[in-house]
Amino acid sequence: MNRLTPSPLTRAIVGIVVGAFFAIPLVSTLIYTLRMPDGSLSWSRWTGLFDPHTVAALKPLWTGLGNSLVLCVVTVAIVLLLLAPTMVLVALRFARLRRAFEFAVLLPISIPAIVLVVGLAPIYQQIGRLFGTGAWTLAFAYGITVLPFAYRAIQASIDAVDLRTLAEAARSLGAGWTAVIVRVLAPNLRQGLLAASLISIAVVLGEFTIASLLNRQVFQTAMVVVQKQDPYTPAIFTLLALVLAFTLLLLIGRAARGTRKARP
Amino acid sequence: MTINRALPRTADNLLLTGAGTGTRVQLQSIVKSFGGTRVLHGVDLDVAPGEFVSLLGPSGCGKTTALRVLAGLETADSGSVMLGGRDVSRVPTNKRDIGMVFQSYSLFPHLRVLENTAFGLRRRGVARAAAAARAAAALELVGLANLADRFPHQLSGGQQQRVALARALVTEPRVLLLDEPLSALDAKVRVQLRDEIRRLQLRLGITTVFVTHDQEEALAVSDRIAVMDSGRIEQIGTPEDLYLRPQTPAVAAFVGLSSALPGLATGSSVTVWGTRLPIQGDPAEGPVEALVRPENVRVAPDTSSASDAGVSAQVEESTFLGSFRRTVLRTTDGIMVHAQHSAEERLEYGQRVRVRLVPAPVTVRRV
Repeated sequence: MNRLTPSPLTRAIVGIVVGAFFAIPLVSTLIYTLRMPDGSLSWSRWTGLFDPHTVAALKPLWTGLGNSLVLCVVTVAIVLLLLAPTMVLVALRFARLRRAFEFAVLLPISIPAIVLVVGLAPIYQQIGRLFGTGAWTLAFAYGITVLPFAYRAIQASIDAVDLRTLAEAARSLGAGWTAVIVRVLAPNLRQGLLAASLISIAVVLGEFTIASLLNRQVFQTAMVVVQKQDPYTPAIFTLLALVLAFTLLLLIGRAARGTRKARP
Repeated sequence: MTINRALPRTADNLLLTGAGTGTRVQLQSIVKSFGGTRVLHGVDLDVAPGEFVSLLGPSGCGKTTALRVLAGLETADSGSVMLGGRDVSRVPTNKRDIGMVFQSYSLFPHLRVLENTAFGLRRRGVARAAAAARAAAALELVGLANLADRFPHQLSGGQQQRVALARALVTEPRVLLLDEPLSALDAKVRVQLRDEIRRLQLRLGITTVFVTHDQEEALAVSDRIAVMDSGRIEQIGTPEDLYLRPQTPAVAAFVGLSSALPGLATGSSVTVWGTRLPIQGDPAEGPVEALVRPENVRVAPDTSSASDAGVSAQVEESTFLGSFRRTVLRTTDGIMVHAQHSAEERLEYGQRVRVRLVPAPVTVRRV
């Protein structure tokens, strides 16, 4: 047996420790939402969410969640339709720009959100005039904050395949640029694109500072508002958001695996 | 191109419809620079329909760039690319109707072998079922029909290049471009695939341009070879032409083995070690280097009689190559000479011998 391979016992211990690390906060939160003042467990707070009386009180949360989901879609669109093609272009045509591009793209990670807002505030006055003050316009800012994460994920995929040869082979076989990107490059960058999308969704769902300071109502800001009256509901929503994220992950993963069997 | 319905749908017939209708391929005064460095200095090449032409030269000589200009993957600074008499210099790669096999493995990793092979047909709007049938036929042609369901990573290097060849040929392109497709393969597979490419090319009658730095490869498969050096075509001719009648020293040095020996030129002949050799190419005067082929060097045991023509030398290395033996000799002046002789004449390391030249034509270069 390879000495570098851990024994089954070691593997089990590592698995349990890591599993516990993730599970304990989640299970604790779940129990917190279930425990009644008298110590018994009940789903009444969960079912109460759909009670006509509380629905009105929860309106900001539902609005915030809706806004956040729209922001997720727009941000992922920015990543997939703007960042990814730009990266492919840099890899194929402008290899000399790669370092400068990488530097620019990684910059947002070193700028605290609060600093970013200072610069964004006047820009958002203009954006407000142009596109209105809808929450979705935050996606422009989120598109920037997710850049470093999305870039890393996509670049790892780009480095793993010989993009140039694949693109040239496809062109020599009669594929136009659209077909090259859709039929050849995207399927081979699938994992990176998927990871970039998921990480963008996670960042957008968890973002508070920018939304709060620019006075937009999103999931996180609504949670803070609601928490002031009722500490349990935000906990329930946190769990629901996590379930949603996991489901999304599974769904996208499955869908992506499905495309592997693409026909000629 | 329509499939001839009268023929049974065998692998050959599906592709043979293109046979004998090869396309003329021309490069006219192609100039290309990369960031101030000129890599092609006005390259002219005229490939007849159905001809197999190799671009041969050391790395960095511009042969791959010339092929890429032909494919439309690079744009020439000036000059034109003609396919079938039509100027395609401004036509993008995907509209040039070419087939290309690359040096690095270029199969699409996410597609199965059959899907890879059918890719070009699908892009040309061939229906899925028809494309699959023609792709299967093309795979049969390269002997890989049984691997149609595999993914590229499940194939060996040689198999991948065969699939790449099938993929390039299945669309019945006007010209087949091969960019060192064999250089990543091991020696045995390389020879097999090389011969297979030539057999297929002859059978399909497709005009082919083959880039290689391996002279043996080029000599074995080409109708004609263009020897390139420093962004220029030095000479273009049949393999026999290049080997027996090299026009420039660069060609003589690059094609086949030769030894550079000091001599004194007087017009159309050169005297080397007491033997007068006719000069091939331009006449020369004064001290020159004569490029002598190993088969024109004779080796005899040293009898130490100073009256003999030739010089005395010592055996440095002697390699048995089947029907003949190749020996490297060092003369007393320290000049290395390659000689080729019968396998029976065994020479030992360090043995003293007499080296003589056969008065065969040689190419000379100034020193």
